[in-house]
Amino acid sequence: MTALIHATGLTKRFGEFTAVDDIDFSVEQGESFGFLGPNGAGKTSTMRMIGAVSSITDGTLSVLGLNPMEQGSQLRSRLGVVPQEDNLDQELTVYDNLMMYGRYFDLSRAVIRERIDELLEFVQLTEKRMSKVDALSGGMKRRLTIARGLINEPDLLILDEPTTGLDPQARHVLWDRLYRLKQQGVTLIITTHYMDEAEQLCDRLVVMDKAKIVAEGSPRSLIEEYAPREVVEVRFPAGVLDDVTDRIEDLAPRTEILADRALLYTDDAESTIASIAASGLDPETILARRSSLEDVFLRLTGRSLVE
Amino acid sequence: MATPLPLRVFEAEARVYRRTWRGSVVSGFLNPILYLAAMGVGLGSLVDQNLPGGVEGVSYLTFLAPGLLVATAMQTGAGEGAWKVMAGIKWQKTYQAKLATPIGVPSLVAGHMLWSGARVLMVSVIFAVIMSAFRVAPLLQSLLAVGPALLVGLAMVAATTAFTARLDEPTGLPLFFRFVVIPMFLFSGAFFPITQLPGWLQPIALATPMFHGVELSRAIVVGAEPAVTWWVSVMYLSAWIAIGTALAVSPFRKRLTP
Repeated sequence: MTALIHATGLTKRFGEFTAVDDIDFSVEQGESFGFLGPNGAGKTSTMRMIGAVSSITDGTLSVLGLNPMEQGSQLRSRLGVVPQEDNLDQELTVYDNLMMYGRYFDLSRAVIRERIDELLEFVQLTEKRMSKVDALSGGMKRRLTIARGLINEPDLLILDEPTTGLDPQARHVLWDRLYRLKQQGVTLIITTHYMDEAEQLCDRLVVMDKAKIVAEGSPRSLIEEYAPREVVEVRFPAGVLDDVTDRIEDLAPRTEILADRALLYTDDAESTIASIAASGLDPETILARRSSLEDVFLRLTGRSLVE
Repeated sequence: MATPLPLRVFEAEARVYRRTWRGSVVSGFLNPILYLAAMGVGLGSLVDQNLPGGVEGVSYLTFLAPGLLVATAMQTGAGEGAWKVMAGIKWQKTYQAKLATPIGVPSLVAGHMLWSGARVLMVSVIFAVIMSAFRVAPLLQSLLAVGPALLVGLAMVAATTAFTARLDEPTGLPLFFRFVVIPMFLFSGAFFPITQLPGWLQPIALATPMFHGVELSRAIVVGAEPAVTWWVSVMYLSAWIAIGTALAVSPFRKRLTP
């Protein structure tokens, strides 16, 4: 395996503000690599440096063997980018958006026409070919943006918060398409603040918080390393939780008290639930589930990911 | 051979324009007809009655037409540098989309200048055709007067782009049109010689790019000696284009590829 992206000591400062602080990571060919973290953690700034649209303050970064600072144009010709905010040309048709974009890469019209047919099929927008972008739903626009990002058959596809703002159904359609890309061997870089997205799509990920990488691994290994196997969530009526905090903390080796509920981390949910009942506490609801990346994040930063 | 990057930007702008070209060509014909008929012929007949020697030796229509040609190019240039740039940077963020491709900031700005120049050229050529239909000058002479109009248009595209790219909010644009573009349109020698202005205003009119274009274009159409030596005016307008373009690059970089 060869490293497609290699960063050491990568740093981005805007004046006094440090957006990315001395991070190291590398992404292998064919891998689906995630940056997980809350808004403002430095994910987008990192993406923009990889995409050669933002200067590097310090450290070294190599993408596809190229230096983004000096070979930006050459590098961008081999990347596909799906930005966080849709920046399609709203007044043009689906077809024209793709044709226009393909021409930026100096592809011949005949080649682009062929790829448009394939890509529209792939993102399930064939019927919308001649519709104005304005008239598409949010999920369709996002799919079109993905098709646009694939028009040059990139060696690396960068997706910044691909499903933010989409309804659950649109998200699943999108995940399905991204999963297929991954199976075709396209290297994906994904930023997200959704745990389930990271678990679904990423082979490996880094957790970012406050401009730093705080953990790295596969979703499974991160969960194993940072969270016990199971979680029992208990909810109490408003106001009650504060009074029983001490008693809850005695019930499991590790607990997190959130605004409206308490999380009890345990290797055996059943016996924890039994001891809750035995303790005389009377929560509104009790829910046992497997640990997720959310729990990893909570453990690492003391905060929940989506506020 | 690879297509130069600015030409790829040019092609994309042309593709967007294809959607609206009809309306734009119609108004391209209609505006000069209305202006030349109302001001040149209508108002002009009154002016000519009172000035038997003509304005600077020619009828008011002949005096006005080459000036108005340049004024129209000036306004078109300002429009291209204002709304489109604001949309690209802020409203639709289409510049960000372009910059994720091999296009870089200098190519983006160069392509924008090229396309805007083409727009100014279209509007000016249509104007020149109408102008000769009004029998102001033969077609060839009218078309030659497009040269200075193009220079003025490009000077305005460059300066307006550099200005717009520095605006955080679009509210500065209406003010720019009200206090810069419209006064320049009215007072830079297209409608009356700037010698009619109060003395303290004359240097300001002289400094505008439009004035130099009006003088050159009028020299071509009427055959009069321009107020400033022609090559000085050409150099002056070229400097506006070069400096304006250079000043546009840094705010583009700062905002789009920080």
